[in-house]
Amino acid sequence: MDFLNAFVALSNFVLIPAIAYGSQLALGALGVTLVYGILRFSNFAHGDTMAFGTMVAILATWGLQAAGVTLGPLPTALLAIPVGILGCAALVLATDRLVYRFYRAQKAVPVILVIVSMGVMFIYNGITRFIIGPDDQAFADGARFLINARQFREMTGLAEPLAIRSTQAITLVTALIVVAALFWFLNRTKTGKSMRAYSDNEDLALLSGIDPERVVRVTWIIVAGLATIAGVLYGLDKTYKPFTYFQLLLPIFAAAIVGGLGSPLGAIAGGFVIAFSEVGLTYAWKKVLTYLLPGPLEPDGLVQLLATDYKFAVSFMILVIVLLFRPTGLFRGKSV
Amino acid sequence: MIRVENLHRHFGGFRAVDGASLEIATGSITGLVGPNGAGKSTLFNVIAGALPPTSGRVTMDGEDITGLAPHELFHKGLLRTFQIAHEFSSMTCRENLMMVPGAQSGESLWSAWVHRARIREEEAALLKKADEVLDFLTISHLKDELAGNLSGGQKKLLELGRTMMVDAKVVFLDEVGAGVNRTLLNTIGDAIQRLNRERGYTFCVIEHDMDFIARLCDPVIVMAEGKVLAEGSIAEIKSDERVIEAYLGTGLKNKETA
Ligand SMILES: Nc1ncnc2c1ncn2[C@@H]1O[C@H](COP(=O)(O)OP(=O)(O)OP(=O)(O)O)[C@@H](O)[C@H]1O
Ligand SMILES: [Mg+2]
Repeated sequence: MDFLNAFVALSNFVLIPAIAYGSQLALGALGVTLVYGILRFSNFAHGDTMAFGTMVAILATWGLQAAGVTLGPLPTALLAIPVGILGCAALVLATDRLVYRFYRAQKAVPVILVIVSMGVMFIYNGITRFIIGPDDQAFADGARFLINARQFREMTGLAEPLAIRSTQAITLVTALIVVAALFWFLNRTKTGKSMRAYSDNEDLALLSGIDPERVVRVTWIIVAGLATIAGVLYGLDKTYKPFTYFQLLLPIFAAAIVGGLGSPLGAIAGGFVIAFSEVGLTYAWKKVLTYLLPGPLEPDGLVQLLATDYKFAVSFMILVIVLLFRPTGLFRGKSV
Repeated sequence: MIRVENLHRHFGGFRAVDGASLEIATGSITGLVGPNGAGKSTLFNVIAGALPPTSGRVTMDGEDITGLAPHELFHKGLLRTFQIAHEFSSMTCRENLMMVPGAQSGESLWSAWVHRARIREEEAALLKKADEVLDFLTISHLKDELAGNLSGGQKKLLELGRTMMVDAKVVFLDEVGAGVNRTLLNTIGDAIQRLNRERGYTFCVIEHDMDFIARLCDPVIVMAEGKVLAEGSIAEIKSDERVIEAYLGTGLKNKETA
């Protein structure tokens, strides 16, 4: 019984939150890794791309809510995601046209593009705050829980409660669908294959008749999709605030680098590694250990390895540790 | 016919290609030789759209193709291989070859779903072709090997294989034979001749191996210091004073005196 209780507590406070957070990071990191693989630079504007796409989706959600359209138990924001993606795609395509293409034509070295993307980041930053403001925005509706604590206790009779928020379940399901679709696209369609070819060897891809501008366009559209979906899921699960999305840049980059920049599988693995480390290291393990250990060994303190204030430091730690042992990341990424 | 008119390509103050003019007749296998650093690869890079020219013009059958992007030239039937072999290292040899026809049908997601049967058919045809090419190049045992794991010579063969996947008009080969053993070099030579005769490919071949050039190429163009030095049959080239001068101490001169 104690063992079961320990497991429930673990699920409730570590496994489920980390799986949801990991899925969000994975989607974010996929966007970063695609830009890195195809356009060959680290896109510092990615957090704010997520913020912008999510903002458009939120505006659309409010519109739908005002018009009385809802999805019942599901959040209305799910309906608004396509609108968010369209808005976000328009923004990144326009940015590419006005900014990145110029540097591509110059064959600018990656470090220049990184700095350029920081400039783009500040502009997105301003646009988002100008339109929706810097504050927290609520847009989640629908059922709050898939299983709440009381239902679970009645169902199982365990002392330890378990709650699964519907946003956590939605995050996982959506992420699975999106990742499956992305991999189908990259591995099965001609366009996806040309993207992989282009990422592998640009010169040779051109020689095989692949139109680079088309590859770049398709990449931006996919990145906009991933960023908006990741952003909306994160916003539903936690909260929407533009600054939080900017801060997400760190764990997202850590995830992409840990997994191996340029490797989609790596981005997913990296997302979960970072999420589990962050949640695991900042969780107070006292409760779980109390269930598991015999009385005299029960811990006195909280058994919390790091205060939650340090959660962003975890990304850095994992990053350094992984890179010490595998400089190209878990899934052997590329370097440009 | 490919015509290059007064082409320049400078790197800073250095004139890698310095006013080269030449013609590659349709249906020919034209050799391009010259000492190391003569500007042969740079000339290829400019013709094939990998580098913009500093000045000058390139035409293909009268049409100006100067500065077109490589993928545009591909669709006009102009292909090239690299002196240092390129490959999609994370794909198998077979997948490498199957990438060559670029994006044809299956373009949009829509058609990827709707015309799945037709796309499967195309894929099957492509696969068959890739296997034939691999067979032809005697590397069919490597078809499922990642191209990144091939040896230098094998990568060169794969490069040549790429040009056989589509119906090219003009193919520029930059030292296809480098690092390939003698027997295989003969096979490559045969392949080039066959493609030339049976499928009407025009070739322009850079090669340092004079026997290889002598066997395949007519005419031969000699470059030195970014300029075209001489042009003619291999016999004419070999007896040309200026050419011997350019090669002084290496290649031809040694052969002549040996
Ligand atoms: N990107 C570049 N930047 C500066 N100089 C270059 C560049 N590419 C080529 N060069 C110079 O141009 C000259 C011609 O080089 P190229 O590669 O065309 O010679 P090549 O005739 O192909 O020689 P090889 O037979 O050795 O392959 C060389 O001196 C080389 O150093
Ligand atoms: Mg060369």
